[in-house]
This record gives sequence, C-alpha cells and structure tokens, in this order.
Amino acid sequence: MTNSSWAYLSNYFVYSSMAVFTLAFFAHAFETAWAVRAPQGDGTESVAGLIPENLLVKTLDYKRTEKVGRVASAFMILGFLLLLAGVVARGVSAGRVPWGNMYEFSITGALAFSGAYLFTLRKYDLRWMGLLVSTFVLLTLGTAVAILYRPSAPLVPALKSTWLVIHVSAAIISGGVFLLANTIAATYLYLDAMEQKGERKNWAKRLPSLEVLDQLSYRLIAFVFPLWTFAVIAGAIWAENAWGRYWGWDPKETWAFITWVAYAAYLHARVTVGWRGRKAAWLCLFAGSTFLFNYVYINIWGTGKHTYSGL
Amino acid sequence: MSEQTDLPELGIVSLFRFAWRQLTSMRTALMLLLLLAVASVPGSLIPQRTQSPMAVQDYFTKDPGLAKLMDRFFLFDVYGSPWFSAVYILLFISLIGCVLPRSFEHLRAARAFPPKTPQNLERMEFFQSWEGTGTEMACAKQWLEERRFRIREADGSISAEKGYLRETGNLFFHLALILILVGVSLGALFGMRGEAIVNVGERFTNTPTTYDSLSYGKLFGDRSLSPFMLTVDGFVAKYNPVTNAPEDYTLKATVTAKPGAPKVRRTIKVNSPLTMGSTNVYLQANGYSPIVTVRDKSGVIVLQGPIPFLPQDANLTSIGAIKVPDSEPQLGFVASFLPTAARDKIRGGFSSFPEALDPKLLLSAWKGDLGLDRGIPQSVYRIDTSKMEKIGLKSLNLGETFTFAEGSITFDGIAPWVNLQVVRDPGKLYALLGGILAILGLLGSLFTRHRRIWIRQRDRLIEVAGLAKNGAPGLENEINILLAALKKDGK
Repeated sequence: MTNSSWAYLSNYFVYSSMAVFTLAFFAHAFETAWAVRAPQGDGTESVAGLIPENLLVKTLDYKRTEKVGRVASAFMILGFLLLLAGVVARGVSAGRVPWGNMYEFSITGALAFSGAYLFTLRKYDLRWMGLLVSTFVLLTLGTAVAILYRPSAPLVPALKSTWLVIHVSAAIISGGVFLLANTIAATYLYLDAMEQKGERKNWAKRLPSLEVLDQLSYRLIAFVFPLWTFAVIAGAIWAENAWGRYWGWDPKETWAFITWVAYAAYLHARVTVGWRGRKAAWLCLFAGSTFLFNYVYINIWGTGKHTYSGL
Repeated sequence: MSEQTDLPELGIVSLFRFAWRQLTSMRTALMLLLLLAVASVPGSLIPQRTQSPMAVQDYFTKDPGLAKLMDRFFLFDVYGSPWFSAVYILLFISLIGCVLPRSFEHLRAARAFPPKTPQNLERMEFFQSWEGTGTEMACAKQWLEERRFRIREADGSISAEKGYLRETGNLFFHLALILILVGVSLGALFGMRGEAIVNVGERFTNTPTTYDSLSYGKLFGDRSLSPFMLTVDGFVAKYNPVTNAPEDYTLKATVTAKPGAPKVRRTIKVNSPLTMGSTNVYLQANGYSPIVTVRDKSGVIVLQGPIPFLPQDANLTSIGAIKVPDSEPQLGFVASFLPTAARDKIRGGFSSFPEALDPKLLLSAWKGDLGLDRGIPQSVYRIDTSKMEKIGLKSLNLGETFTFAEGSITFDGIAPWVNLQVVRDPGKLYALLGGILAILGLLGSLFTRHRRIWIRQRDRLIEVAGLAKNGAPGLENEINILLAALKKDGK
C-alpha cells in the first residue's frame, strides 16, 4: 500500500470510530435516562428518606438498563480499537510516530483518554462515566477532523528524534489520565451540589458515593504524576539536544511547569494538609485546566518553539 | 492560617523563630507553590527579552509609556525578576527547612524499632480475634519476617511495620529538587552561550570576537572558551516539494578541537549537536548570503563577498543590506533576496519555495552618508537612508549586473549560511541527575504503602489489627492473607 492509501485508511478508521463512539454515547445516554424510571408501585420512592442510600440503590430495578450499559461499554471498546487502528495507520502513512501536528495530537489524545477510561473501568465501576467520556472523545475527534486536519506529511527536522516518542507518549498518556481525574472531580462537585440541596436524583443514585469519587480522582493523579514529571524531564533532555538549553521558559515549557506545580500542590494539599472533598476537587480542576490551556491556547495562539507546521 | 494570637515577647531571636516556623509550615509551602504557578503565568503571555527581543522592542515602539511601566515591574524579564526569584527562593528555603529536619528524624526512625503495640487493639482497623492454638505468634513472626517487615516483640505481642520507602522516597524527591536548583545555578554562573552566522566555506574560531551575540555566566571568563575551530564544508536543506516544509538539515564540518589537534570531519543535525567536553555546537537556523561584487565608477572592486540576509518567512524570502562605506560617495543597497522568485499583486515579489531554484536579488540603490561613523550601533540588515539619495531600483538574476553612474553591482552567486549556537553548561549533568533521582523518589513515595500490623496473644485469645498510613488501600487484603496463614497453621 502507498503512503496516501494508508492515510485514507486512517481517515476511514477515525470516521468509523466516531460513528461507534456516537453509538456508545446514545447507549450510555439511554442507560442513564432509563434509570430515572424507577420501578413504579413498589414503594421505593416513599421510603427514600428512611432507609440508607446504599440499600435504596439495590431496590431500584436496573436489570433492563444493565444490558444497554454493557452494550455501551462494548461500543466504547470497539471505538477505542478503531481509533487505535486509525492512529497506527496515520503513523504508517507518514513513516513515523503520529505526533507531528495538532490533528495527530488530538486523535492520539482522544485515544489516550478513552484508553485511560477503559483501563480504569477494569478495576472500578466507572461505567456511569461513559457518557461524559464518549462526549469528550467525540468533541475532540470532531474538532480534529473538522478544523485541525492536515494531510499526512513527514516530520520537520526539529521533531526527528527518538525523544519525540518518549516525551510525547508520556505527555499524552498523562494528559488522558489528568482529564479523567478532572471529569471525576467535576462529577464530584456536581453531585455534591445536588446532595447539598437534598438527596440525589434517581438517575444519579447509581453513581458512586462522593467519598469514592474523591479517592478515585486522587489515586489517578498520584498514579500519573510521576509520569508527567518524566514527560517534563524527557522534554528538557530533548530540548537540550535540539535547542541547546534544557529549560528556556518557552510558553509550552512554562505551562507544563505550571501544571506540574499545580498537581504538586494538589498532592501536598491532600497528603500533608489533609484537604478532601470540595476543596481538593476544585484544586484538581484548576490543575487540569492548566493542562488543557497549555494544549489548546499555547498550541493555537501561543508563540515559541513548540509551534510547528501550521498547527 | 495560624491561630496564634498571643505572640511571645518580640525579641529578635523569637521573631526570627516565629518567621522560620511560619515559613517552613506546610500551609506556607502550599501557598508558595500555588504562588509560583501563578507567578509563572505572565512570562508565558508577555514576550520575554531572552526569547523574543524583537517582540519586546515592538511593545516599546507601540506604547513606550506602558512598556516602560511594564519594564519597571520586570514583565519582560519575568523569570529573572526579583519578585519571581523571591517566590522560588522562599519556596526552596521553606523546602530545606522542612526536609532537613525530617531527613534526620527519618534516619533515626529507620534505625529504631516500630512503636509499641497499642493497648486497645479492637479500636484499630481490621481488628479480628479468635481462640488460637498457641503456634500463632511464631507463625506470624515468620510470616512477617519473610515479607521483610520490621518487627518489635514485647509483652507477648508483635508490632510490625513496613513501607519506610515512602518517606525515604519523599525525602529523596525533595532533596533531588535542590540538586536540580544547584545544577541550574551552576549553569547560570559558569556557563556561556553564543551565536554566530557562518557562511558555507568559512571558518569559525571560538573566540569572543567571532560571535554575533555572546553572553557569559557571572563567573565565566573569556579564557574558559574551549579553543576549537570549525570550517563549514557544506550545508544541505531538503524541503517537501508539496508542503514546502523542511525535511532535513545537514551540516558537514571539519573540526579542530584545539590548535595542533588533528582535523576531524563531523556532521551536525538539528537533533544531534557537536559535542566537545561540556561545550556543544548546535545548528539553529539557516538562510542565504547573496555573493555580490560592487565596483566604483573606475571599475575598482570596493566590496566583494557573501552578505548574510535575514529570512522573513518559511520560504526564506530574505531581507538584507549591502553597505559599501569605502566608495566615494558611500553606497548602500536595501535588498530582498528571493530563492524562488514569484510575484502577486498584494505582496509584490516574494519567494514561493525555500530552495534556490530561481533566485532573484531585488535592489534599491542609495548614495550618501551611511551613518556608520556616528558611533550609534546599526543593524547589519538595515540601512538608515535618511541622509542618502536614491539612485534606482533593479531586479537581478544570477550573473547579472546593475550599472549606474557611481559604479555597478554584480550578483555573482549564493552561499547558504548557518546559525551556529555554541553552549557551555557545566551544570546540566547535575540537573539531569536531580531529575532522575526526583522521579525515582516519587515512584518510591507514591507507590509504597506505609502500614503497621499488630498481633497479640492474651491467654489463648489471638488479636490482630492494622493501620494503613495515608489511607492507602490493600492492608485489609494483606491482613486477610496473614489470617488465612495463621488459621491454616493452627489446624
């Protein structure tokens, strides 16, 4: 196959993965919405305030939505695999790792995000997050295909280095996990506000308790913080190799540093000062948004040495 | 925030002690961390002198008042400014004040036994008790020793602890950050960085005068420049014919490490600099130098050679100035060089491809006073034509000559130039070592569970409980495995 047919193949894979993620989105939406219809006439509603919440959850009838939920997860896995094929084919078409411009970062980022979700799903009951994850993945892929698309091309000389693989893969994986932790923290704040007003709405009763969400976002960040540290240091080593200095306060570097400091503050706040819950969730959102800002703003409107090949 | 309202009498010592305690408190450190994040922001949004001096200059031309005000607050030199330094120096003092005492404490704790078994085990986590057979204590001890728990036996009970690596890693991480700071400071004090434009075929000697720009660390002198010489034998740039994007830059050079040393042929690419000890030579940019010959009206050559032009866009449309101070009158040519010439109505002449496929030199010729004798530094790429008179405009192809009343100029050829960056940074290895240690420390700290397990025998009753520090998960599982081992052994 020629390079351009690999590029076409990659596009088809990305398009099909979008179609499958859309199906996953609808299946998840259906699952969430259907849970609102609690079984009627069995009295669960009336005693809601009298029995503990975890018991109440078990009395709600989720049998019908369970199947849809499984189908949704299957779609998520299929979408992930198709996107993986798309990213790999893109790499083959260009004869390099597919991380040369923002279109490629975006499809790989969506891959990392959905991958982080599926990986965490193996251990924790996170299926409720599928709706949010599929939404974000679709938005990212949609933007990538519609706005950021560039024809497949070889790398500019500055990117020709083994460090591209090491630095960018570490950064993208960290980014995927950071965003996942952010999604969980946002869910925490939303549910927390809901609980402040009274009890959770029916559809939200299936979601984990606040404490579980709080712990989970912390654990994800503690897990991936060393990887992010590594991404920054690998970037510094590469910068020394390519630009003659390992740190130069280039806007991208500065924001990577800000993200690092923000997550360091988050970990200290939790472990040493003992922040939990709402405060910690806000700090987590702040740290995550510095990462997003770095990716979106600095890549598109920023100046500096990290801007290549248009986008 | 501290609730301390009744301060002790404010002697100098107690004031200092109070300030020290405040500074090294975790809350202050946390605030300083967040402050450091916020303080880094302006430097990424406002152009900085160290990265884009031209953009800073634009600020001063557009709104001098505002720019001067911003400059007073060091907004164009954020990362070297007193207020930014204040934040990170305070943070590091706070860090040292926090980490050093903890390191000593940890050293003591690492040699000591685990704390005694608490009196009321039933209040601890994962408490269990059952009628034992009498072999449990020995079995538990063996089990814990096999898993390399630290053990203290007293009064018929075992207190076991594991996971000291958590604190060790934590301390290593913070000490490694100090090492990184040391590395950065060494680089800033003893390093040097310089740039020079060298035409293909020319030789570069590592002495201060050959540089276009050169900056030293505070404790670095001229004599510390390593005495190498480098001749640029060739430079090849490959571009994608469809997208015009560069695909490869290769520089071939002949290098002499010091006078009298053998000549070595070397290749320099963007991601593979030339290394000589702690000095590296990087290929940073490239462009074209049109080779011209200028003659006066009697036909005597007054200027000959390649003149480096400054690229303006990705297709290497370049501008430059050809200054001839030694003719009478002085001549100046404000010029553009187009490697592959093209024209449209909006932009006029421009380059449509970065390789020299159809080179053109566009000239605007001037005579009069170049202003070089006034002692005001001038850009080599621009001419101040305020005291000059225009002679005419001309577009030259390769080999063509423009003749005018005061003389002539011939476009003889093109030599590519490369911008070499020479960097000496003796601190970078310390910074790298610090980085590696920091990651190892982090891994040890974040992935180690620090926990205690207690077992006590009261007559025939066996009690087991545990404590997971920082709420780390997994202890329940571990205790269950221990219980299974004990009960199996008891049967």
